[in-house]
Amino acid sequence: MKIFIPTPLRPYAGGKDAVELQAPTIAAALDELTQSNPELRKHLFTEQGKVRSFVNLYFNDEDVRYLPQKEETEVSANDTLTIIPSIAGGL
Amino acid sequence: MSVLLLSRGLYDELRAHGEETYPHECCGALLGTPGSGGWHVTKVVRAGNTRTDSAHNRYSISPLELVRIERDARQHGLEIAGFYHSHPDHPAQWSKTDFEEAHWLGCVYVITTVAKGKADVTNCFLLSGASEEEKQFQNISIEVRD
Ligand SMILES: [Zn+2]
Repeated sequence: MKIFIPTPLRPYAGGKDAVELQAPTIAAALDELTQSNPELRKHLFTEQGKVRSFVNLYFNDEDVRYLPQKEETEVSANDTLTIIPSIAGGL
Repeated sequence: MSVLLLSRGLYDELRAHGEETYPHECCGALLGTPGSGGWHVTKVVRAGNTRTDSAHNRYSISPLELVRIERDARQHGLEIAGFYHSHPDHPAQWSKTDFEEAHWLGCVYVITTVAKGKADVTNCFLLSGASEEEKQFQNISIEVRD
């Protein structure tokens, strides 16, 4: 599968905007991603190992939080995972 | 990374967006390329404000819309350089909410005051720092090229 890296995290992924890897599930893919790019870990996960609240993960066009199996969803070669931090604010 | 560079047309466009949505906040993304002196923005993409419950003082872009904006940027060889939003009848300074909700390190947050429906001051803040815990907003200048 292909994982798309957002602008702020590219410096921690060797400057790449996308990473191609093989993994059975979303969780395994994230694991592999952060093992080959250890600096990414603290930007994506809390110390307890949960995905940070402001980090959105989109599996193709679906929010991973709303998938029936969430991060345990199986993936295939043509799937994409987009990491996208939230954007909001106000007065 | 000390200057935000964009054309007069794009500058006017993001400011006009805030006038159109007044008294609500507008929001959108800035696409461009990084340069030695800062971001060069070459495209402004309007986004919907999902905070319809409180659009006069809050904004939020749906993550799915953001995913699509990012995909579009990539296809055009551009990156998300930052975002813009308006402050209806409030100073063009980042708020506590803006700071807490800012997570795009290395990207710019452009804020325009819209006073009684007219775009007034526009400021640009670079979210600097190496991590969420060290982030800070840095006021940088906007260079508008005619
Ligand atoms: Zn604001």
